[in-house]
Parts: sequence; structure tokens; C-alpha cells
Amino acid sequence: MGISPRTSSETPESQPGSATGQVDRPARKMAGEVVISVRGLRMAYGDFEAVRGIDLEIRHGEIFAFLGPNGAGKTTTVEILEGYRARSAGDVSVLGEDPGRADRDWRARVGVVLQESQVEPELTVRECLQLYAGYYPSPRAVDETIALVELAEKADARCGHLSGGQQRRVDVALALIGDPDLVFLDEPTTGFDPSARRAAWEVIEGLRRLGKTIFLTTHYMEEAEYLADRIAVLAVGQIVSEGTPQTLGGRDRGGSEIRFALPTGTERAQLPDGLGPNTEHAGRQVLVRTAEPVRALHVLSEWALAHGYRLDDISVGRPTLEEIYLRLTGAQQ
Amino acid sequence: MSATAHAAPRPLGGLVLHQFRYELLAFWRNPQARFFTLALPVIFLVLLSSVFGNDTTRIGGHVVKQSTYYVGHIVALGVISASFVNLMIAITTQRESGILKRRRAAPISAWVLITGRALSSVVISVAIVVLLIVVGRLAYGVSLPGHTLPALAVAVVLGSAAFCALAFGLASFVASADAAQPVTQAVVLPLYFISGIFIPDKNIPGWLIDVADVFPVRHLAKAMFTSFDPATHGVGFSGRDLLVVAGWGVAGLVVALWRFSWVPRSK
Repeated sequence: MGISPRTSSETPESQPGSATGQVDRPARKMAGEVVISVRGLRMAYGDFEAVRGIDLEIRHGEIFAFLGPNGAGKTTTVEILEGYRARSAGDVSVLGEDPGRADRDWRARVGVVLQESQVEPELTVRECLQLYAGYYPSPRAVDETIALVELAEKADARCGHLSGGQQRRVDVALALIGDPDLVFLDEPTTGFDPSARRAAWEVIEGLRRLGKTIFLTTHYMEEAEYLADRIAVLAVGQIVSEGTPQTLGGRDRGGSEIRFALPTGTERAQLPDGLGPNTEHAGRQVLVRTAEPVRALHVLSEWALAHGYRLDDISVGRPTLEEIYLRLTGAQQ
Repeated sequence: MSATAHAAPRPLGGLVLHQFRYELLAFWRNPQARFFTLALPVIFLVLLSSVFGNDTTRIGGHVVKQSTYYVGHIVALGVISASFVNLMIAITTQRESGILKRRRAAPISAWVLITGRALSSVVISVAIVVLLIVVGRLAYGVSLPGHTLPALAVAVVLGSAAFCALAFGLASFVASADAAQPVTQAVVLPLYFISGIFIPDKNIPGWLIDVADVFPVRHLAKAMFTSFDPATHGVGFSGRDLLVVAGWGVAGLVVALWRFSWVPRSK
């Protein structure tokens, strides 16, 4: 049956449990199926090539995060995938069809949250959803969708009177009302305060539980880290790295980082041997990159104990996703 | 993917009515649209008829009371406000705020959205014309002969549809939501003046009338006034004027097909 015609008694939370009795759930049926496939995508505006050969493959049920600085070609790529924009070259298949020639049946299966769009200011939240529900062959129940984005108590408020974060949630509800298989979320939490962002993440997590495939663009590394199964980083029209939040940019293979300040009265030359060749200095700050953090720490602490240095500010960790991202995009700028 | 995703398609007429209902609701909830579309034409009629209504003017070789003249011409302003002015502003604002772009993402044909929108303008046009006729009748004793009523109804519907089409065509030339109101007024106000809406024909130099005759405003006003003109004895159907208005509507449609944009232009 898809997750299309549901009764209003079914809440999103009950979905995983109630799913057992349903045979034909797309979440099961299409697991692993390629939802978006892109080969050699290029897009030029006059002499300027915004997208310079992109390959992507996104499977059913994934949350895929597309990162990149402004002007990297993110929005152009997303708009091509959404069917808003023609492309210069390349093969694109979204839900098995070329979005450039997609028909209404295809549109009914795709939900879109645009980067900048207001909601109809004169209509209430419920009216707005009823309007859009009328466009789809088998929409979700209106009140249930409002509850899913946690706007139940605002259902009868005019959209124009809602806060920015609440309007964005109406946007998400509108993208879901047609019960799509694939949802594009273009910077869905830009301008949110931290608690509103948390709430939005929970809504997006809820979409994952409904079995939706999600294509997310964002500026926020912690958002990608929290939500994404897979991340691709775009810089100057090309994908410079792709991986999970844990493996992106060799994060898992780049080893650990030990940071500390040179103790007072010591010089670089006095540091012990055995810290490894990847030692960087910035003023009196020392950064040691190592694949064997325990060994390096051992050498360092032996040296410090022998000389009575305290190394009060020492820290050990992986590079943050943000550092990886800046490294990846910075190299291309 | 699932079979039920292709459930019975809704009949197109039902979708147009669905769109129409919500367009009308949104219009009714917007105080600015309500004022400019419904109140302003009545204010113009009351001001002009109160100041000049008892005078007479000559039109087409016979004498007419100016209050009759104004009711017969301000109705055209009402139709143009409800269709052209209202739509120019609404389309530009909705385009720039991304509402059109998101609607385009829905599995619905552009014609449903456009027809639903235009239908709401036609209905609002009918409402403002009825309101103006009632005010003209009660306040100034201007009567509308029953035998010319069908011709007036045709003029209202055809005029409204044509000016909607013009708005769909011209909205693509307005770059931002802020510019929509001033640009639209800059288009219609001079045309109102030279087309005899505010100033009786008799007082406008012939060469200006010739200029006005190129545009659709004067032709719509003439077609509508014919229904109020006591000298009209037949059905009052002004075919040539309506043909010019329709021609402009078709031109607007052609421009719309060529240039209409669902995505913001200012980005």
C-alpha cells in the first residue's frame, strides 16, 4: 500500500510497529534500491561552469548530506535533481526518471523544501496543507502531518503570524503532504536557534523512520554529523570528498591529533624524538598528527615528567568534521 | 512506486475549483488587496459622482448625466483593479517569495494554477461591478437597463480574463515584489486618465484619445458604458471594443507563455 493511504489513528510513532502487518511497504521493498544516480553532471552559465562533472549515488532510506560553501554549485545541483533546472551535460536519474522530463506522477513522489520560500501568509496552517493535499493523488492525512512537524497547537494560526522556525516546519509539512518517497531539504535549519534546530533534527529523524530517502544540503557540520548516513563535499563545482561522517576526508585514517603548548622556557628543538614526523607548530602551540596516539602520548608524558612540565592544556582527539570540511573546501578555493 | 500512488486522478475541473476556493480565501484575508480592489473603486465613484455627477457631458453626439458616465466607466476600473492590478502584485509577490516555485513542485499542471487564479479574479470582478452598480443606483439614481445586462456580463468576464492574461504576461517584467505596486500603478493610472475613466471623453484632446485607443482600457470602458448609456436601444453589445480587449488578452497570454517565470527573478 505504500505509506500513502493511512488512517488518521496511525501516528508516525506507531509506524515501525504497525508496519509488520503490512506487506508491501516501500521501505522494505525498495531497500537498497538506487534512488538518485548522477553521472558526469555539468552545468554552465555562459562561460562560467558552476558544476564540473559530478557523480552521485543515493540509495533508498539514506539521509544524504550535500555540503559546500556558497557558490560551490550546491543549489544548481539540487535544482537539477528537483527538475527545476536544465543541465549542460551528464546522466541524471531520480526515482528512475530524468527529472528534466519528469511528469506529474514523478512530482507526486518527490517532496521539496526550498531554501527560501515563504508559506501562504493569509492561509492557516491547516488550510495551507489542505490546499496542497488537493494537488496529490493520495495525500497523507492533514492533521497527522501537522502533528508530525509538531505544529498541532498552531493548526488554526495564519502562516503569516508564525515565527520563522514554525514557518519552516510548515514548509516541511508541505513537502510531506503528498507522501513522497524522496524529500529534498535545502538548508532546512538556516536561521534557527539551537533549540529549534534540535527540534527540526528530530522531525528529520522521524522521516527516516517513515522510510523516506532524504537529500539534505546544509552549512552546519554538526547537522550533517547528527543526521547524515553519507556526506559529499562540493567545492568549485566538484565533489572533493565523499564518505560517512566518520570517514569523510580520511577522518578515520588521518589518525589522531595531540595538541599542547610548549612549556615555559623550552624550545621546539628540546621536544623528545619519537613524536613522529607530522608535528606542526603555530607560535608556541604544537600539533602532533599520529596514527599511534598512545605511543606518542607515552613519549610526551615521559619527557614532561622527567623535566617536571605540567602540559595543563593537552588534548587528544580526531579532527572535527568542521576541520575536515575546511581543509577540503579551503584547498579548492 | 506503490500502486495506490496512482489512485484515481482528480478531474481537472475539480482541481481548478479547489485552487479557486483557496485563492478567493487568501484574497479575502488580505486587507490591502481588499482595500485596493473593493474599496478604492467605490471611493473613486463616490468622489467623482459627488463632485461632478450633476453636470452633463456629451458622448457619441448625445447628452448624458455625468453620474451615469462615471458609473459606466468606474466599473471598468473595478474590473481592471480586480484582475490586472491585483494579479500583477500577487503574482510578483508569490514568485519572489518562492510560493510559485514550491507550487510548481506539486504534481499539478500550470493551467490548473493559472485558471484557478484567473477564475478568482473574474469572480471578484463580478462582485466589484455589482457593488458599483448598487452604489450608483442607490446614491445617484443611475439605472442599468435589463436588456443590456447580458452584454455587460460578457464585457466583465471577457475583460477580466483578458486583463488577467495581461498580468500573467507583464508580471515577468517586474523584478521585485517592492516594485510591483508602483510599476502597476504607473501603467494603469495614465491609461485611466487618457481613457476617459476619470475625465469625460469630451474634455480629452483628440490625439490623446487616439493614443488611448491603442490600449485596452478605453475599449473596455466603452464596452461597459454602452450598457449604461440611455441612448443604447439594442442589447448594447460592443463587439469591436471587446475584440480589441480580447486581442490584448491573447497578446498577454503569448508573452506569458514566452516569459512566465515560476522562480524568483531577483536571485
